[in-house]
Amino acid sequence: MKNFKFVRSIITPLDKINVDTDQIVPKQFLKLVTKTGFGKYLFYNWRFNLHGDKKPNFVLNKSLYRNSKILVSRDNFGCGSSREHAVWAIIDYGFEVVIATSFADIFYDNCFQNGLLPIQLNGEIINKLMKFESYVKVNLPQQIIEFGSERVKFVIDVEKKQNLMSGLDNIAFTMKYEDKISEYENISNVPSIL
Amino acid sequence: MPKTLYEKIFDSHIIATRNQSHLLYVDRHFLHEVTSPQAFDGLRLNKRQVRRPDLTIATVDHNIPTTDRSLPMVDKVSSIQINTLENNCKYFGIKLFGMNSPDQGIVHVIGPQLGITLPGTTIVCGDSHTSTHGAFGTLAFGIGTSEVEHVLATQTIWMQKSKSFKITISGKQKPAITAKDIILFIIRSIGTSGGAGTVVEYSGDVVINFSMAQRMTMCNMSIEAGARAGIVAPDQKTFDYLRDKKYIPHNYDALIDYWKSYLYSDPNAKFDKKIDIEISNISPQVSWGTNPSMVSDINSKIPFPEQYSESDHNRLEVENALKYMGLKPGTPINEITIDRVFIGSCTNSRLEDLIEVSKIVKGRKVFPTVKAIIVPGSQLVKKQAETLGLHKIFKDANFEWRESGCSMCLGMNNDFLLPGERCASTSNRNFEGRQGVGGRTHLVSPIMAAAAALKGHLVDVRELM
Repeated sequence: MKNFKFVRSIITPLDKINVDTDQIVPKQFLKLVTKTGFGKYLFYNWRFNLHGDKKPNFVLNKSLYRNSKILVSRDNFGCGSSREHAVWAIIDYGFEVVIATSFADIFYDNCFQNGLLPIQLNGEIINKLMKFESYVKVNLPQQIIEFGSERVKFVIDVEKKQNLMSGLDNIAFTMKYEDKISEYENISNVPSIL
Repeated sequence: MPKTLYEKIFDSHIIATRNQSHLLYVDRHFLHEVTSPQAFDGLRLNKRQVRRPDLTIATVDHNIPTTDRSLPMVDKVSSIQINTLENNCKYFGIKLFGMNSPDQGIVHVIGPQLGITLPGTTIVCGDSHTSTHGAFGTLAFGIGTSEVEHVLATQTIWMQKSKSFKITISGKQKPAITAKDIILFIIRSIGTSGGAGTVVEYSGDVVINFSMAQRMTMCNMSIEAGARAGIVAPDQKTFDYLRDKKYIPHNYDALIDYWKSYLYSDPNAKFDKKIDIEISNISPQVSWGTNPSMVSDINSKIPFPEQYSESDHNRLEVENALKYMGLKPGTPINEITIDRVFIGSCTNSRLEDLIEVSKIVKGRKVFPTVKAIIVPGSQLVKKQAETLGLHKIFKDANFEWRESGCSMCLGMNNDFLLPGERCASTSNRNFEGRQGVGGRTHLVSPIMAAAAALKGHLVDVRELM
């Protein structure tokens, strides 16, 4: 996982509420046993018709947004299934930041495991962002988004921020707690399954 | 200080705390073929072991065929995923209930039915419907694949404490009104993000009177309201249900004493959010849109988008949903004809669901233009149903009687809708394309699905009772 600090890009406006993980990566593409290669399936049923041709009106198919690294959407983004494939697809496609009014819990957690920065902002700011057609700067160390004359602070948990910035291996970090985990196991009265 | 049931279970599993994050011990970890391969790969890449294979089980459910299992699998890609899980379980020493095991089934059906799900424990699984196990007074929630890898390696997970949300359900549960109707009614009332950031505790007379199967259906769909988990305080019904199960611990009675003394929300416990739901006058519920809050009474009409506020994008979402669903505002819901019926999924595929369906179906026939399948939640459910002769009733009525699996809930195997096909389904999600690209899903209870199969259109099951 790379170290996340700054992103500068135009935004891709996905002006919808309740974007669920079945739309982000449809189930017919969950059969891979790797973490890469999901980008071509991102929003597949919205991007392509039944014959596999691009739907010209869908925002990701507009050439203007081809190199965008910031996806902007609305309430309850990432609801539904826990599939981490949704986050893998967003990253593999080239996005590094998702901005929304709110996120579903599991999706939000999955973002941080993969170096994708989810930013929650209020509806008023999102309305402005949706219409903003020039470069947006995301500064994670200072927790600031800049666009035009706007300078907006965003909130992020201190642990999660550090993990993103250091690209830390979570498992190696937790393994430092080995003594405490063993200690817990010794006093726990939960029996083995078999 | 008084605590909620959720806080009690959460707090008793804390190993360490850093800022707002707690390292929680995981008592049981369930795996399936779709969300685990990348996690096992990660372990191998870093030369790590599974810390507690004895607290971990696996099954195949998401993409296995529900047709004759003695035949070779047609879908080679699914086959690779299934073989990958078999190899991973062998390599890391994990118990697998594989395709030919008598204990195979949907992971959220077999956990309780084998007595692996226990009150007061923490359970995680790479599947959002892990919330189902909350019916047993368990803190159970879905996780992503990276977290699956983390739990395999450390038997722990970093979590922030969720807010607590108490939903009290009261009133008289009338015939034909099932737990499915009640949870759909709740999601319709609070919305798909109404439970976001919370763990819901379901309480009240209605929940106390629920069977374990009904409690599971309710907790299962907590995630559809955006909640991370749903939970019901365990009681004698819970303990009796688990008693004779295959993997129940030897010291079960001692555990019950402990659970009784501890597993309930203290009388003065503070919840962050509370609502009361009265169900005496609700009708069977049907979804008409593309998320599980777009739900109405069976005897009502498809709503007009103008009824929804314009400002928060709701109106636009309803317009898009009706377009996708091919429905006109003002159409009576009970006049909507259907092509397919699916009775199954981790929401509604338990023996009790099938018994209720059989009462509606007995002596009747599936409407000639409808293709209807019944997919039991596990091989054990299938066997029990066949012992009762239910399969004969279903087959006589022209329902297809299948092998267990997730099947047409998400259509990863060969059970899926074709573009434009309309289905009455007992599953949990009606998202665009969920049951097949271009497929149209109406979420209903098992008996409502059965009634729709017989009549060829959505219908109030009470007309057949």
